[in-house]
Amino acid sequence: MSVLASAGRSPARRLAFSAFRHAVLLAASVLTLGPFVLMVSISLKSPGEIFAPEFSLWPQTWYAWENYSLAFTKQPLLRFILNGFFITLCIFTAQALFALPCAYALAKLRWRGRNTVFVFVLLGLLVPPQVPAIPLYILLWQVGLLDTYAAIILPSTISVFGIFLMRQFFMTVPDSLIHAARLDGVGEFGIVWRIMLPTAMPALVAFGVLSFIWNWNEFFWPLLVVQSEHLATPPLGVVFFANAEAGTNYGPLMAAATAVTAPLVIAFLLAQRWFIEGVTMTAVK
Amino acid sequence: MADIAFDDTRLPARSRSYRAGAAAELLAGWVLSGPAVALMWLMLLGPAAAVIVLSFTDWTFGARSIEWIGVDNYVELAGDRVFWTSLANTLIYVAFVVPVSVFLGLGMALLIESGNSLRGFYRAAIFLPVTSTLLAMALVFQFAFHPTVGVINRTLMAVGIPTTDWLKNPDAALFALGMIGIWQAVGLNMVLFLAGLKAVPRDLYEAAAIDGADGAWERFRRVTWPMLGPALVFVVTITAIRSFQVFDTVAVLTEGGPNKATTVLLYQMYQEGFSFLRSAYAAALTCVFLGFVLLLTWIQVQLLDKRTHYG
Repeated sequence: MSVLASAGRSPARRLAFSAFRHAVLLAASVLTLGPFVLMVSISLKSPGEIFAPEFSLWPQTWYAWENYSLAFTKQPLLRFILNGFFITLCIFTAQALFALPCAYALAKLRWRGRNTVFVFVLLGLLVPPQVPAIPLYILLWQVGLLDTYAAIILPSTISVFGIFLMRQFFMTVPDSLIHAARLDGVGEFGIVWRIMLPTAMPALVAFGVLSFIWNWNEFFWPLLVVQSEHLATPPLGVVFFANAEAGTNYGPLMAAATAVTAPLVIAFLLAQRWFIEGVTMTAVK
Repeated sequence: MADIAFDDTRLPARSRSYRAGAAAELLAGWVLSGPAVALMWLMLLGPAAAVIVLSFTDWTFGARSIEWIGVDNYVELAGDRVFWTSLANTLIYVAFVVPVSVFLGLGMALLIESGNSLRGFYRAAIFLPVTSTLLAMALVFQFAFHPTVGVINRTLMAVGIPTTDWLKNPDAALFALGMIGIWQAVGLNMVLFLAGLKAVPRDLYEAAAIDGADGAWERFRRVTWPMLGPALVFVVTITAIRSFQVFDTVAVLTEGGPNKATTVLLYQMYQEGFSFLRSAYAAALTCVFLGFVLLLTWIQVQLLDKRTHYG
């Protein structure tokens, strides 16, 4: 509140500042939301209207059915979207299964080698995801896994970022909770899943949201390892679609883009707080 | 109280079983972290090390023999005009996207914080591009940049500004891609600055007011800006590293063209490694890319070390 506004000034100046604030922020919102509005608008229009000399956001002739049915039948768009859900779910499950025990060991156990493992995690954080691409590609080629779901999923099964995030969170869990569980005869493995996991839910949800965004939108790696159309992730599917349509049939193309973007936008609108908190908490990648 | 009593009774028993406990903890530590460590090396650290080794060989994808050739790949890079174009384009892209998106992100955060009405709406609207599928949106921008029917040129024509075929004009294409990058980066920078602003203690503003700093600009210059220092360094580094990784828009909209005007490091790496199958040469390009990213992180650490004296 007191960051910019000079509270206590005359009402006229405060009104002027408020008008300025809304004008700038509204203009910014128009620019950030514009592409989404344009995308949906074009997905409802006929080809003739898209290339017409005059432009209006609202379609004059309703062409939605034609565009969307073409988008879903010309290419297996629904398959791409289901692939997206399947791949992101597999990746997140694996990331959580590997990260949680490791994060617990790093945060709450004292053992020789702990610092070394933590250094590995920090090193991993420094490496952008594109760097291991060439050796990973060679590895998958040698074991004959190129062009499979496994090729898309395997490299993402480990998230050093997830380990780091969960470790930071576990550090704040009181030791007495763990001691009490040990006295009750709970083993270390049980502590991870029955004591730590429930307390870590907020951090895990935030991480899940980020993992979902990253892996749904990931383009570089699927582009390298996937050739078969039926394995395509949503972004790759859109590119297949654009190539098949030579990139000029904008109505169905925008319908496909809308369909691929919709799950993330809907998820964002439903769980805005988690998205923004998750990204703020973390923003490392 | 209960905790203290509990600790007192346990103490003797604990020291008696200390050695056994330590061994059990060592075992538990490795069992719990072992799978993650193994996978980390298999999928990330091992391959990253392998890229460095590979860059000193002559291997091409599928070749039966591999020869150690020292720094020859790097010597070839130094004489490769496409490499210098890629590097220059990447640096220009970063130098365009980072300042603009950081400035806009900061501006939006300050404006949102300085009033109460419609905060949630503005925050959501400006943040939405961060979560969107860049690839799908790139195709929307392709249409928006369309020379005749695109909204951008229509708007420019309406106000009488000269237009161009954005993605086909070698002088404009990189900046057109940069605008897409900025569109996506502003929201993230904004929420990071919002978090930074929340961390500024309120009483500092009151103290500044007592010192006579009651104008908005004075407040900003004397309190907000210095207190935002660490957040600023963080945001600049994050944005720079992410901008260095620009690939999607290049691959889909321009394919490095027109006339190499938008070739960037990762795109050249992709072409050399996966179109021309020159794995070792692409590995050398990857190492250059990694070097720049590590350099950015190093600069961040240096700046934050200096900054802590103010914190």
